[in-house]
Amino acid sequence: MLITCPYCGPRDVIEFTYQGDGNRERPQPASQDLDAWNAYVYDRLNPAGDHNEIWQHSGGCRAHLRVVRNTLTHEILSTAFARGGHKTESRS
Amino acid sequence: MSPRRAETGGRIDRLRTIRFTFDGSPYTGHAGDTLASALLASGVTLFGRSFKYHRPRGLLAAGVEEPNALVTVLRGEVREPNIPATMVEIYDGLVAVSQNRSPSLAWDIGALNQLGGKLLSAGFYYKTFMGPVFGPLKGTRFWMFCEHFIRRAAGLGKASIAPDTARYERMNAFCDVLVVGSGPAGLMAAKAAADQGARVILAELEARFGGSANWSDETIDGAPAADWAGRIVGQLEGNDNVCLLPRTTVWGYYDGNTLAALERVTDHKEVPAKGEPRQRSWAIRAKTVVLATGSFERPLVFPGNDRPGVMLAHAAARYANQYGVLPGERIALFTNNDSAYRSALALKKAGAAVVAIVDVRSDVSNEMSRLASEAEAELLAGHAVVATEGGKALTGLKVQRFDMMSGALSGDERSIHADCLAMSGGWSPTIHLASQAGAKAEWDPAKQAFLPPQPTQRWIGAGAFTGSFSTAQAIAEGRAAGLQAAGGSASSAPLPVVEAAPGDPDPAPVFEIKAKGKSFVDFQHDVTAEDVRLAHREGFVSVEHLKRYTTLGMATDQGKNSNVPGLAIMAEALGKPIPEVGTTRFRPPYTAVSIGSLAAERFGDLKPERLTPMHDWHIANGATMYSAGLWYRPMIYGLPGETVEQAYVREAKATRESAGIVDVSTLGKIAVQGPDAAEFLDRVYTNMFSTLAVGKARYGLMLREDGLAFDDGTTWRLGEQEFLMTTTTANAGKVMQHLEYFLDVIWPELKVTVTSVTDEWAGAAIGGPKARAILAACVTGTAVDNAALPFMGIVHGRIAGVPVVICRLSFSGEMAFEVYSGAGYGTRVWEALVEAGRPLGLVTYGLEALGTMRIEKGHVTGAEIDGRTTARDLHLEWMLSKKKPFIGSAMMDREGLISPERLQLVGLVSLDNRPFNGGAHIVEELDEENPHDSIGHITACCYSPALGKYIALALVKDGKARHGTRAFVSDPLRKRFGPIEIVSNHFYDPDGSRMHG
Repeated sequence: MLITCPYCGPRDVIEFTYQGDGNRERPQPASQDLDAWNAYVYDRLNPAGDHNEIWQHSGGCRAHLRVVRNTLTHEILSTAFARGGHKTESRS
Repeated sequence: MSPRRAETGGRIDRLRTIRFTFDGSPYTGHAGDTLASALLASGVTLFGRSFKYHRPRGLLAAGVEEPNALVTVLRGEVREPNIPATMVEIYDGLVAVSQNRSPSLAWDIGALNQLGGKLLSAGFYYKTFMGPVFGPLKGTRFWMFCEHFIRRAAGLGKASIAPDTARYERMNAFCDVLVVGSGPAGLMAAKAAADQGARVILAELEARFGGSANWSDETIDGAPAADWAGRIVGQLEGNDNVCLLPRTTVWGYYDGNTLAALERVTDHKEVPAKGEPRQRSWAIRAKTVVLATGSFERPLVFPGNDRPGVMLAHAAARYANQYGVLPGERIALFTNNDSAYRSALALKKAGAAVVAIVDVRSDVSNEMSRLASEAEAELLAGHAVVATEGGKALTGLKVQRFDMMSGALSGDERSIHADCLAMSGGWSPTIHLASQAGAKAEWDPAKQAFLPPQPTQRWIGAGAFTGSFSTAQAIAEGRAAGLQAAGGSASSAPLPVVEAAPGDPDPAPVFEIKAKGKSFVDFQHDVTAEDVRLAHREGFVSVEHLKRYTTLGMATDQGKNSNVPGLAIMAEALGKPIPEVGTTRFRPPYTAVSIGSLAAERFGDLKPERLTPMHDWHIANGATMYSAGLWYRPMIYGLPGETVEQAYVREAKATRESAGIVDVSTLGKIAVQGPDAAEFLDRVYTNMFSTLAVGKARYGLMLREDGLAFDDGTTWRLGEQEFLMTTTTANAGKVMQHLEYFLDVIWPELKVTVTSVTDEWAGAAIGGPKARAILAACVTGTAVDNAALPFMGIVHGRIAGVPVVICRLSFSGEMAFEVYSGAGYGTRVWEALVEAGRPLGLVTYGLEALGTMRIEKGHVTGAEIDGRTTARDLHLEWMLSKKKPFIGSAMMDREGLISPERLQLVGLVSLDNRPFNGGAHIVEELDEENPHDSIGHITACCYSPALGKYIALALVKDGKARHGTRAFVSDPLRKRFGPIEIVSNHFYDPDGSRMHG
């Protein structure tokens, strides 16, 4: 599996650390809505197909990336900095 | 000349004789021979004993799919078992032995198993070893009793016990086009892609490029096919953009078009050249793959089809054409398709007598009849072989009239005298890699074969792999695939012209001749057609269950020959068409892969060692080192004759009486910088950092998002926008990642950078009543008195000329200071401190004394912050700010996290004056024999020199309420039970007067 880091280019998956489901919304810091916090901390989507994920290029530039990956084929559809900008589409 | 070697012909070098031994006997062969062809040339017919029945077995095939002729190759002490003799290239001094026989291949005691055939049918283990319900052999005991004998009797070669001394390599490669297989299709694809300028890798699992061109009787562009192939290979060799990999098996197709291959670099050499590895493991990332992996000929299933001398038709022709070896003098053929006629003709041309062609089809085309007469063979159309005769070699066979539609046999049996029977049951494309890469194979009823699935990755098929079995088709498809893979446009240039014998590629749908006797489907695992039907009668309907119950296709050859016949017989038993029965998916590896090649240079202890800047000093000064994660840290600086306990007690005592110094360079250190650094720290720590003055430090606690405690440490404010955070040694990496995650994903608006600076700083903690005096004696450029350096104050100065940062903070509970300097100057500063302390009684102390003093003080570490405890459990609720939200603040007050039933941190004192063990449980009742109802466990323990007692920290249910009560420690594994008192975790100097001075 190759992930295209916007800084470093296409790199092998062993350079990356999976940091979880990228669909989670963190409640406002002062929020007391326990249901929302519970969903954020414990609920994860697990689709068979395209999945929005967070990966860290921990063995490289250490940036966190938003990666759309097909969980059935391991195809990487796009990568972008989690901070925003520099989206790379790679579906052929 | 050997008995079966022709005078001329073949692709071997008769001028080069090679000497080797098989089962201790000397043999010779020629350059270009495999072990199989050289032994066959010497008249050997018996190559192995079968897995269960120990039946004599000869060569079935000539290539990678060989199921019978498995040998062990010995190199010194190292033995490699289960290699097909067809894949071993001979070299001078080769030592090979046969397998699964005792005492010898010819006289094998295990052959008695043939008499017990009924007993050894499918499911033999399950049925025989269901022990009685009671008695001495109940349950699986009978199996355990028999296992040793059975394991010896059934099986393959023995694994090597000696360590593998060979060297292996790993290689990563990138290319535009990877071509797998170098038959006519693969060669054309490689050539076409290379001519487009693409970077091409051509992998061939055999020694010689060319595939079927090496042994077909065909001509291409007027030259023998092998010469044409040689010419193309020569052109490819001259290309800078082509990498040719002979003896390289592509064995795995993984996602992202990553393929794994094994190159056998020196297995065929007597002595490897300097620097050459035995094998090389390739990871190849290809933009496009051309699969030109060819096809396997299928055996027919009939009684006695495993007798030595019965082999695949193409293999017989291949031995004749490629190696100049006749597999027999009087050869019969048995077929359900036209391809065997070509083999018959090849064998005739090579000098054998072709006595008969037995064809299950009653109407054979005129062209085939003509080929039969050209081979001077009697054509027995509408017949089938129903038996074979002979022991360790074939002597004859019996045929009968056969009706293809009903499968019925009729008429009298007729005997035919023959010493070789060449059979063809049709062809199966080698779709393994395509199957690994994705979707399910599709059954083609005309071709009677599973064809490759639609590509789910970027590959293109060519040649027999796609079910196009003629060389002309292979050449056309190969060129088209190569052009397409290289991004070129289709070519209308003329293709090489193939002259080949005619033939219809589609076989008759006949897989089995049902007659009396054992008919083998899977030769290597000894699975018969009757075993498959038995499995069906016993209720196994899924092909996956059938496979596991009969072990069909589960031997080392993974059913390369047996898959399709096995499915066909299952389909017939179920009364369903083959596609409805389905096929199992192929998985890597395609052929056996040595563990050594996967490990390559990565063996032994692969962990890096992290050493502090003062490591050498510790070793030189008598430290016993202790590995903590990747770090090495001094455990004690023992004096001669001291036990570990004596040493740490001495070190801790001296520290509390005068002063001690410890290396703290391993603490995680993170520079947190930027305009929003203070705001960021307020969010990640439970307590306030924005209010911290420049030049002061503060102890901080972090929680996880779920509200449990995560890590603690001090953070120093070095400037308005600059902090130095310290973490526990073990959590340094995790905390760094935690901070990076929040800055990147959650709060990208914060202007903060975090940098790991653990390795940039050397740290020494010096503590004790004399610590300040020692500092005063060696620090220049700053005062270190209480006014200049109050508790949690920070000053900058120099020691031995080296700039240092000093912070007054304490883990030991004494008046203490942490001194940080650049890592490269760590030893110099350390030595200066030790020198200054010598007259004042300073000792160096290690992790044991550090742990002892922190237990005495009741400080927590990773043993208590174990991922299950909250700040309140550890009595750190005073650190939970109510003025701001922080990570974990919303979740930390959940019902389950504030229950009084939770385990809380307490101190324990041993009342029987015996040591504690970490992990021991606490119980309330005096019941040593039957300890029950644990109320908690010990997290850390030591002998406390300050208290003169054995003490411990523990997590105990509702612990705070139990202060002053008694209970028992229970540790049955280590035979420890005794009375304890539960006390506060702050054993020593609870108001901190020593620390504050």
